[in-house]
Amino acid sequence: MNRRVALAVAGLSLVLAACTAGSGAGSSSPAAQSSHKPVTLTVWSFFTGRELRQFDSVLNGVKKTAPWITINSVGGKDPTAILRAINSGTAPDVAIEPGPDDSAKYCATGAWINLNPYISQDHINLSSLSPPAALRYTSYKGDQCSLPMLSDAYGLYYNTDMFKAAGITSPPKTFSQLEADAKKLTKKNANGTFKVVGFDPLQSFYESYALDYGIYSGAAWYDSAGKSALASDPRWAQLLQWQKSFADWYGYNNLVKWLQSVGGANSEFSASNAFETGKVAMEMDGEWRVAFIASDHAKIHYATAPFPVADNVAGNYGAGQIGGTIIGIPKGSPDPADAWQVVKYMALGTHAEESLGELLKNVPTTYPSLKDPVLSSNPGFDTFLKIFANPHSGYKQITPLGTADGDLFSSFVDKYLAGSIPNLKAGLQSVANQINRQAQLG
Amino acid sequence: MTRIDVAEFPPAVHPPASRRARRRRRHLRRYGVVLLFMSPWIVGLLVFTLYPTIASLYFSFTHYDLLSSPQWVGLSNYRFMFTDPLFWQSLRNTLWMVVFATPLQVAFAIGCAMVLVRVRQGVGIYRTIFFVPTMVPAVAATLGFVFLLNPTGPIDRVLSLLHIPQPIWFQQPNWSKPGLLMLGLWGVGNTMIIFLAALLDVPKELYEAADIEGANAWQRFRNVTLPMISPVIFFSLVIGVIYGFQYFTEGYVASGGDPSTLGSPQGSLLFYSIWLYQNGFQYFHMGYASAMAWVLFIIIMATTLVLVRSSRRWVHYQGGFL
Repeated sequence: MNRRVALAVAGLSLVLAACTAGSGAGSSSPAAQSSHKPVTLTVWSFFTGRELRQFDSVLNGVKKTAPWITINSVGGKDPTAILRAINSGTAPDVAIEPGPDDSAKYCATGAWINLNPYISQDHINLSSLSPPAALRYTSYKGDQCSLPMLSDAYGLYYNTDMFKAAGITSPPKTFSQLEADAKKLTKKNANGTFKVVGFDPLQSFYESYALDYGIYSGAAWYDSAGKSALASDPRWAQLLQWQKSFADWYGYNNLVKWLQSVGGANSEFSASNAFETGKVAMEMDGEWRVAFIASDHAKIHYATAPFPVADNVAGNYGAGQIGGTIIGIPKGSPDPADAWQVVKYMALGTHAEESLGELLKNVPTTYPSLKDPVLSSNPGFDTFLKIFANPHSGYKQITPLGTADGDLFSSFVDKYLAGSIPNLKAGLQSVANQINRQAQLG
Repeated sequence: MTRIDVAEFPPAVHPPASRRARRRRRHLRRYGVVLLFMSPWIVGLLVFTLYPTIASLYFSFTHYDLLSSPQWVGLSNYRFMFTDPLFWQSLRNTLWMVVFATPLQVAFAIGCAMVLVRVRQGVGIYRTIFFVPTMVPAVAATLGFVFLLNPTGPIDRVLSLLHIPQPIWFQQPNWSKPGLLMLGLWGVGNTMIIFLAALLDVPKELYEAADIEGANAWQRFRNVTLPMISPVIFFSLVIGVIYGFQYFTEGYVASGGDPSTLGSPQGSLLFYSIWLYQNGFQYFHMGYASAMAWVLFIIIMATTLVLVRSSRRWVHYQGGFL
């Protein structure tokens, strides 16, 4: 290569490297001390409209514990916006994301600072405050780069009138009971279309996300070597075989047509939601549905229960999929010690957690706030508080892959349930290989 | 012999150094003014085109997650591409759109333009009706088609009344891309307007000559119209192919507006640009996404070159260019 060209390429590489974010993984550097001087902190969250106003009303309460802090709350910031800000050195002092999927990447790259030094400095015993599953999805390899601020918990919603009419006295606790009840509850119109579907086992139906079923079947997402366990853990294959035979009873296309006839996937967060309009007897959904049913004035009688589990892990009944909002401090914050005051107040403060739970209708994430009488007195909502506190509840193991593993698996399940995958084991192996290769990718 | 007096040809006198310097300064000043006026464009080119282009080429050889410094990994992103089943699936879906949708859209646009050329009354109204769909934003148009092609939507109801099987368009892999193809045909007004102009530009004498020679309608179309509008067909094909390879919005919206569904139903709407976007901005695999972008660039460039080379055989320029 011409020497000048070589020098130009080398120079360009240096410039490009200099123009990109540079940092290593987060290290446990000593916690900075707050000077208690008046400071304005910028807090970015994904909340908008009414939710942002409610969130701000709680956030501004930080002044009670740290009067020198003034908050500048900015809503409507999604994870990509936060990432761009970190990358360009304009990150907010405190960032809030709607899901825990990015927390491993933030920890691994040091994009959000490790909170352990601050937690130790304040002598906080996190395990006495939050369930272990919530701490797992906010940390990676021992670094606590975020804290759970609010969570979702998933359970079973069932129509009590339909249960009574079908002679079913209690909600199903296992997959086989769920299937049997669903078949009893399914009703057809004269033209053969579904009048009521007992339970839609397709993952395209609202919150029925394939990977979430791992919690209910006891299947592991990754093995001890950190490789995808989709092929090596036989419970995944068993789960999918059950799901497919269940879907085949209805007919895959019949279920797809039925969902479209009730407004498609977009009807989930509208008053035409299939459960709220009595077109489906049972569904997996999050705790927020309690508030939606009330605000939509749905004319149904319903109850909530933990979602059924696979027959071979019946002892896990009561647990469920959990996971939700995370809060942390992006690197580059000039006042990390003051930012920690905000994080601590919002994630670990009982009053803040209770208020957020009551206003936003989500599950608070600390043990004391789970006892909030306002939330626990609602029998529909109380189910989800118990699911969150259940030691077997959890979220998919987080990795720097973010949502890629879930998306790839979900795409595979979509094809398998439609009958496009002839060999389940080979298919699962292929997805596992793909996930493992994605983990190597840059 | 004429005697030439050397005194008539005095030795060349070079301008003094100060004058040369003045002239050079004047030149520089002139270049400076030119550069000053061009600077907005030059800065734009350097910052918004050249730098991103070179940066993406560099990133394509790195492991880059947007959060830490890129690490040189050589060709591994390119090697991964060939073992990535979703890369191939997205490429197949995209090629389907390029191969089927682009020629069909061009043919449909020609057909519409030919019909409009013959309209005698209310031409403006018809032109507007055909053109209006192109003014509808792609997202709104796609959502409209998702509604129209819903199993309970008007089209399937009509099919039901006629006792014709009703596909679940955007929920069945075999029907999802044809659904988008119909959307593309509906929005063909832009191309149609260009063909309309080209058709009106064909000299009448050529048709008169063909009539005298006894040519029928098909022969007039085949031997007069098509050759005369072939430059516009070529232009539309090149633009259509480039657009087809970059197909994104309609596929993204029709698959649910959520890239994590990976081109639902069953990956049939996972187009190349969607998989690229998903890797770059959802999974933060910016190195891999950059490699995909460069492969796409090479594919588009190669296809365009093939079209340009083939055009020498079938595109006729009235002015005799090429």
